[in-house]
Amino acid sequence: MPDDSTTNITGHRTEIISGDFPVTGRWGFLAEFREPEDLVKAAQRAYDAGYRRMDAYSPMPVHGLAEAIGFNRNAVAPLVLVGGVIGCCSGFMLCYWIAVVAYPLNVGGRPLNSWPAWIPITFEVTVLVASLFAVLGMLAMNGLPQPYHPVFNVPRFALASQDRFFLCIESADPLFDPVETKQFLEELHPDFVSNVEM
Amino acid sequence: MRAEDTNTPTLVEPGAPVLAPGHTYQSVQEDIGSIVLTQSAGRRWMLCFAVAFLAVNMLLVAVIYLFVRGVGIWGINIPIAWGFAIVNFVWWIGIGHAGTLISAILLLLKQDWRTSINRFAEAMTLFAVMCAGMFPVLHLGRPWLAYWLFPYPNTMGIWPQPRSPLLWDVFAVSTYFIVSLMFWYVGLIPDAATLRDRAVEPWKQHVFGVLAMGWRGSAKHWARYEMAYLLLAGLATPLVVSVHTVVSFDFAVAILPGWHTTIFPPYFVAGAIYSGFAMVLTLAIPIRKFYHLEDFITMKHLQNMAKVMLGTGLIVAYGYILEAFFSFYSANQYEGFMMKNRVTGPYGPAYWALILCNILIPQSLWSYRVRTNVTALFILSLVVNMGMWLERFVIVVTSLHRDFLPSSWGMYYPTKWDIMVFFGTVGFFAMMFFLFVRLLPAISIFEMKDLVHKVAHAHDKKGH
Repeated sequence: MPDDSTTNITGHRTEIISGDFPVTGRWGFLAEFREPEDLVKAAQRAYDAGYRRMDAYSPMPVHGLAEAIGFNRNAVAPLVLVGGVIGCCSGFMLCYWIAVVAYPLNVGGRPLNSWPAWIPITFEVTVLVASLFAVLGMLAMNGLPQPYHPVFNVPRFALASQDRFFLCIESADPLFDPVETKQFLEELHPDFVSNVEM
Repeated sequence: MRAEDTNTPTLVEPGAPVLAPGHTYQSVQEDIGSIVLTQSAGRRWMLCFAVAFLAVNMLLVAVIYLFVRGVGIWGINIPIAWGFAIVNFVWWIGIGHAGTLISAILLLLKQDWRTSINRFAEAMTLFAVMCAGMFPVLHLGRPWLAYWLFPYPNTMGIWPQPRSPLLWDVFAVSTYFIVSLMFWYVGLIPDAATLRDRAVEPWKQHVFGVLAMGWRGSAKHWARYEMAYLLLAGLATPLVVSVHTVVSFDFAVAILPGWHTTIFPPYFVAGAIYSGFAMVLTLAIPIRKFYHLEDFITMKHLQNMAKVMLGTGLIVAYGYILEAFFSFYSANQYEGFMMKNRVTGPYGPAYWALILCNILIPQSLWSYRVRTNVTALFILSLVVNMGMWLERFVIVVTSLHRDFLPSSWGMYYPTKWDIMVFFGTVGFFAMMFFLFVRLLPAISIFEMKDLVHKVAHAHDKKGH
């Protein structure tokens, strides 16, 4: 859908988009800010206004931003704990299996279950599995790799990895209204408000 | 943007800045990203790369000949069954450890100065571990059966021995490589997104797009990302200590005089960090000069690394002193002979050279003038690298060549094939590093932006 949203990512300030948009095919509205603090404030106000289906985008981690949009179920840490426990048990069981079950060697009558000698391998496997859970779990919960996302349809969104900060209120939000939501975002004094197509 | 205000210096703390004043989000990504995206390689880079590539070809020749003829082409024998291969293995793996230390431990300690050196220090870790990993495999005799090192159900009905430090080593080094690779790649994802969005040529957009995996900088993603990164750092910190501890167990668990010592694990870990920081300096000093990154890798970084070297060097010196003390205090005639032979025996010059390189010359780092002199630091870093290589040579060779029975004594002389393989891996390391500097951002862009933001904030609080 052609609109008058900005197409020049390096260009100067263009007008705030006005006019009507068709209701279908809209992912949401994207407001652009210059400073991380402005984005956090805007996200906080959007949350206070009752919006829940939204996301904020920034080129670097911004302190307090995830909390501002109401994200507080970060499951990475418990997942890593699970990975560590699985790794610890499997590392130890591997040594036990080899030395006691599969290939028992009688070395001067010493006990087969010589567990102190298995601590290094148990430790390494713990770290390995916990790290794999951390990285793969983080990517999976973030839904990455993800080749397509509607926000990339906004040309200025390329700046989200550069030096601009974005807040997107999605049309899936129950409070979303094509007119009121746009007005609400404009009241937050962003540089631009863009329409995000599906 | 606040950081554009260049009238007053932007300092995080009193003293030298970790980032030169006046930088913005844009200028940071431009300075770092342009090396990859727009600058041409240049003749100096081509020349350096050509030299490294030549050395890799030498490695290839040496390895092919090794595969054809077997390990007999090396200088190894009985009693010195472990020659250059294990010396180089320990040396390379030790070099890798500074990368993990900088990226993980300094992150946990919230040291701002790690930001501009962690990316290439992590790359250094990866390439050093690759070089290290070659040696045990080449030393196997039948390297095509290297997979026998891993426990897997097989028709022969045999299993590796989990009570042996050699199997611990397999687990430690392979875990270390995988975790370092993941740590490095996770750090690259947001930067790949930045380069994807800045690249003009479609093929570069595609390559960085694939590397970025669709990263869009969502706040929810960042929250999980930061947690995962922090936990990886927390896991990598004990890992790096465990890896060199396990490497030292390869020696300490044996009963050989000169190896059978409880000081080995801490002394090896300190030595690893010592040589690793020396290698980071060896790499950082030319990079910051050739690519004009003095704003990001400031004198504060070089000074701090010099201080870490001085500190770990003193721990290593303490290790040497205790080794000598143990041989005396144990009242064990074999230990006593080992020390006497190490100091005055046929390999005595190597011992004194290592004392000179690792203990005496680095004491000049107490001087502020030496710590702030880039040329002096570069030379010192090379001296320490050499000294740490000699340390491993002395530990391996002098301990093995004269053990309990004079009838089993021998001498070890490296052949040209030993030397070719060693310098071949140096070339491989250099080649990988030259490629890395050209193809990926050598400094973490998003962490530098975070630093720009922090610096601007610190400035706000102080001034206006």
